[in-house]
Amino acid sequence: MIHDIEYETMPREALEAIQLRRLQTTLAHVYANVPFYRKKFQEVGMVPADISSLADLRRIPFTTKQDLRDNYPFDMFAVPMDNVVRIHVSSGTTGQPTVVGYTARDIGTWSMLMARALAAGGAGRGEIIHNAYGYGLFTGGLGVHYGAERLGASVIPVSGGNTQRQVVIMRDFGPTIMTATPSYALHLAEVAEEMGVSFDSLKFKFGIFGAEPWSEKMRDEIERKLNLTAVDIYGLSEVMGPGVAIECHEAKQGLHVFEDHFIPEIVDPNTLEPLPYGATGELVFTSLTKEAFPVIRYRTRDITSLNPEPCICGRTLVRMNRVTGRSDDMLIIRGVNVFPSQIESVLMETEAVAPHYQLVVDREDNLDVLTVKVEVGEQSFTDEVKGLQDLERRITKHIKELLGVSARVKLVEPKAIERSEGKAVRVVDNRDI
Amino acid sequence: MTDYIVEEHMQVEQISVFLENKSGRLSEVTAILAEAEVNIRALALADTSDFGVLRLIVDDTEKARQTLKSNGFTVGKTDVVAVEVTDRPGGLHGILTMLHDAKLNVEYMYAFVRSSGDNAVIIFRIEQEQEAIRLLESKGVNVIDGQRLYSL
Ligand SMILES: [Zn+2]
Repeated sequence: MIHDIEYETMPREALEAIQLRRLQTTLAHVYANVPFYRKKFQEVGMVPADISSLADLRRIPFTTKQDLRDNYPFDMFAVPMDNVVRIHVSSGTTGQPTVVGYTARDIGTWSMLMARALAAGGAGRGEIIHNAYGYGLFTGGLGVHYGAERLGASVIPVSGGNTQRQVVIMRDFGPTIMTATPSYALHLAEVAEEMGVSFDSLKFKFGIFGAEPWSEKMRDEIERKLNLTAVDIYGLSEVMGPGVAIECHEAKQGLHVFEDHFIPEIVDPNTLEPLPYGATGELVFTSLTKEAFPVIRYRTRDITSLNPEPCICGRTLVRMNRVTGRSDDMLIIRGVNVFPSQIESVLMETEAVAPHYQLVVDREDNLDVLTVKVEVGEQSFTDEVKGLQDLERRITKHIKELLGVSARVKLVEPKAIERSEGKAVRVVDNRDI
Repeated sequence: MTDYIVEEHMQVEQISVFLENKSGRLSEVTAILAEAEVNIRALALADTSDFGVLRLIVDDTEKARQTLKSNGFTVGKTDVVAVEVTDRPGGLHGILTMLHDAKLNVEYMYAFVRSSGDNAVIIFRIEQEQEAIRLLESKGVNVIDGQRLYSL
């Protein structure tokens, strides 16, 4: 169901007019109220009034996670604390956390966007939402919660953890929509099975999963094990929280970005040049309606591409493809940008290969040499040398076709790839540049 | 029907192990099996510059497989055919010709450590092993079953 027919199916021209008006308002707002942004404008010799078209946005410098950290905790806030009604904190895997704030109107906007997102994922009035996103400093739990209430659905604020009790609730209350991280959804499936509760006997119809990267393969597994239709949701606290983009359950092919509230751009993570539709690069967001914590050209570090094709669901909003990696991990091999996640997809698509791999880059005779180490598991193992050499050749060929780089594929024993605190070390760059 | 059951038991189980670093890892495999009191009856290493595949016939296939797996090795199991080859010129050639004429492709072969009486024992890996066994037996070639081979 489309929650907000007017905005979600608006003709592109009308949408762009709204975007420009809102962009100009936002820029004037941050220029007046956030010293960090004022300084950025001054650095490039501009004032907000210089922005007369959406294309002019490209002239404004980027904002990075480090900028947010440097302004810890409240220096990026664009309104006095009197007007801030909510504070969230993004964990971040390294370094200082970042703090974001919301005015009452921001909470209203966010709730409305989450209501749109939940509706796109199959929720509505009369549905019961099992919300297993964590409640707290993390935006996931409360974001879904407010959206569900706005939509008029019944929300169970079950949060994360205490999985056995969650299974009992699922069995007794018969929720029809699940919201969780994809990995927790699979964990729920396992625990339910151990407890003898079959998902076939539960009432779930749709699942809205996000807050961590996942693959099409994982979607198949979740849909099979949980007996529901699974869609992807995207958001990050710096930009708002969940509900920046959502996959419609009709197409399940990319996430519609709520462009009346956020402008997405794709840039080359190396040169920072904007890239056209369809090209893969780093996702950048500018918020258009936020009051307390606007972001201008915020580099998400997430790697994806944008798809402007019309969608069968009727929404005119551009779709971002599944996030396939982080630009922090990007390698440049002989001038070609390579993301470990791209290699991972090649391996997943190559029959019988487990996604245990490591990329090693060396420089030999001034040339970059990429070696892809792939662990040989039981599925890919054959006792014939010829078969294993074939496997190496197949992987090399797929990498060349899909990424345009030549790689040496080296088969290694299981667990041969170093793991740091349980996580595999994906990239070893031996180049001394 | 009885023929079929007899043939079912004629093939020999072989385990294979993926080895990345051949020299060091090979002795690890033999040490692990010795520790588990598994007897190695035959062993052959096929290798490239990058990796190797170790093929083993042991007296307790399942135990060897589980032990190696729990030590982090990738282990496979294949059925092979053990054949007595008369110890005279042309003995092996005769068998290869029979298989070739029947269009049965030999993926690889190696010699078993012990002999059977005066005859050598050769291990063959053939895709259609049941067909090969049937063919060889019909031509009077002595195919050795697993039980006998493990105890040679
Ligand atoms: Zn759609």
